[in-house]
Amino acid sequence: MGLMTTGSASIAQALAAFWHGSLGSEYAIVSATLVRATPLILTGLAVAIAFRAGVLNIGAEGQFLAGATAATISAGLAAAWPNPAQSALALPLALFGGAVAGATWAGVAAWLRQRFGVLEVISTIMLNFIAAEAVAYLVRGPLQEPSHVYPQTPTLPPGLHLAKLVPGSRLHVGFALAVVAAVIAWWVIRETASGFRLRATGANPLAAASAGQIDVRAAATRAFLVSGAVAGLAGAVEVTGVTYALYENISPGYGYTAIAVALLANLDPLAVVASGIFFGALEAGAAGMQRDAGVPSVVVSAVEASIILAILAASAARARWPSPAIPQLLRRPVRTPAAGSDPA
Amino acid sequence: MSGSVTAFFEATVRTATPLLFAGLGETLAEQAGVINVGLEGIVIAGAFGAVAGAAVGGVAFGFLVAAAGGAAMAAVFAVFAAILRSDQIIAGTAVTLLGLGVTGTLYRWEFGPSGAALTIPTMHAMPLPLLDNIPVLGPALFGQPPVAYAAYLLVPALWWWTYRTYGGLALRAVGENPEAARVAGIPVRRVQFAAIMAGGVLGGVSGGTLVLAQVGTFAEGMSAGRGFIAIAIVALGRWNPAGAAAAAVIFGAASALQFLFQAMGWHAPYQLFLAFPYVLTLAALAFAGSARQGGAPAALGRARID
Repeated sequence: MGLMTTGSASIAQALAAFWHGSLGSEYAIVSATLVRATPLILTGLAVAIAFRAGVLNIGAEGQFLAGATAATISAGLAAAWPNPAQSALALPLALFGGAVAGATWAGVAAWLRQRFGVLEVISTIMLNFIAAEAVAYLVRGPLQEPSHVYPQTPTLPPGLHLAKLVPGSRLHVGFALAVVAAVIAWWVIRETASGFRLRATGANPLAAASAGQIDVRAAATRAFLVSGAVAGLAGAVEVTGVTYALYENISPGYGYTAIAVALLANLDPLAVVASGIFFGALEAGAAGMQRDAGVPSVVVSAVEASIILAILAASAARARWPSPAIPQLLRRPVRTPAAGSDPA
Repeated sequence: MSGSVTAFFEATVRTATPLLFAGLGETLAEQAGVINVGLEGIVIAGAFGAVAGAAVGGVAFGFLVAAAGGAAMAAVFAVFAAILRSDQIIAGTAVTLLGLGVTGTLYRWEFGPSGAALTIPTMHAMPLPLLDNIPVLGPALFGQPPVAYAAYLLVPALWWWTYRTYGGLALRAVGENPEAARVAGIPVRRVQFAAIMAGGVLGGVSGGTLVLAQVGTFAEGMSAGRGFIAIAIVALGRWNPAGAAAAAVIFGAASALQFLFQAMGWHAPYQLFLAFPYVLTLAALAFAGSARQGGAPAALGRARID
């Protein structure tokens, strides 16, 4: 087995490659880790918003793809505009289009949940697969670049690229946008009435509906749509800030990593920024390991899964020995509590 | 034309078989009140185990390792769902990520980034004499590999066990009302743990069937949502082994449609066919949800048991 013959020398080599790829230099931090962190912060934020409202949106991946596709299409349309004043609007419109598309894709699952009681965990995953097939079709069909050689869309004109945040690096203003979005989400959830409704719905929908007179279905649906919009924005930012074109596999599973990002952040929007950067470093380092030491980067999925399981184990331990900091989601009330059962 | 219809039925049964194994396994877990969305990770672990086992010791050993791989993943889930009483959905999602990550890593480590062409022994069709001479449906139903016949037999066996034995009654009692079951002396956690493990073995066999009786090799992420589709099959089949079998055939037919359309010379983007089972899953769940009157175990998905 190759696994067994891996000696300590190559482990040291792999760790060195990990370090060089993630945090070993200013270039690695700015152009690899933070660039990778940007979609993870946004999708992690999307997951955190939904989970806080008790909506298990596992569909950030599909919403990301919907956003990337819509941004590519609207950018393509805007490129045809002759008027420079209009073309200044093209980039914001592409980002907005991405957010709307993400919300729409989430809206399908939200509608299925409200109208037919379809478990959103399954429906969002199905929509992830459907979005991936749709992108695969579009980049080989209607949206393919003119020479019809590569399965991707034509490269966006420079006017539709997000500006660089640090000159000479790959870091774009999308990173700042992600941080701002996290601060806004933190403030809305913490300080506003609709943020309170969201939290109350997620913490205990029965209590929110009966004691708080909250329309929990509407609150959950709103959180679902906002979550989709943020994930869609992540896709639009990735297209206009990093790839400049749409192609298959544009997301190496950002929407799934996002779940680990959000859970590690305890569903706190501000902590999502830190946890997004942590996972950005992890993924950048894994990419470095694959490039320089031949270690499969898919190992990150296993690491992410272990982190989620460790968080679950820790919160199970805390439930046994209570402390105030249990994530709300993890003591989510049961779906159909038995009459007379202990509500605590 | 009749040849292509026969091929369509044959492909329907062939693609339905792994879905049926996974669906029957998930039925057991859900009857005990546990929804295991880690099934996707269990199926891919079974697929990888099948390749590893068959490369070393042939088809039968491949199935054995596939079942063990599925059981190993299920054990991780069972610790969190049945013992620690974590949120089942989040634990299941983590197990799915774990299965995809571990199998992808091991595979690339062993066979390189592109994945060298693997040649493993596969399970050949074993036509049943006389029965496979029945026109149109004969070859579809009775010209299959032995594992398909095992699936046929498993459906009535599980149905009988679930509804006609004390063990099956205990299983359903735990899923309907765990508090009452415990008062009646049924060890709730042990029953749930066992149901998850049995589901894991069947999920592993599902991945093994996919590799050893269908595809003949392994690819990263080759489970391609079959674990999730199997969860839809359980709901569509009203948490009943016989219903799961009917639902699996519907999904098999949805996947097999592409062969029929190709044979009819009807050209459409192939991504449309690939996406069709996923769309059908959404439609099926909407249908199962709108027809919601009974069927689902009352305590399904509950983490807390008082």
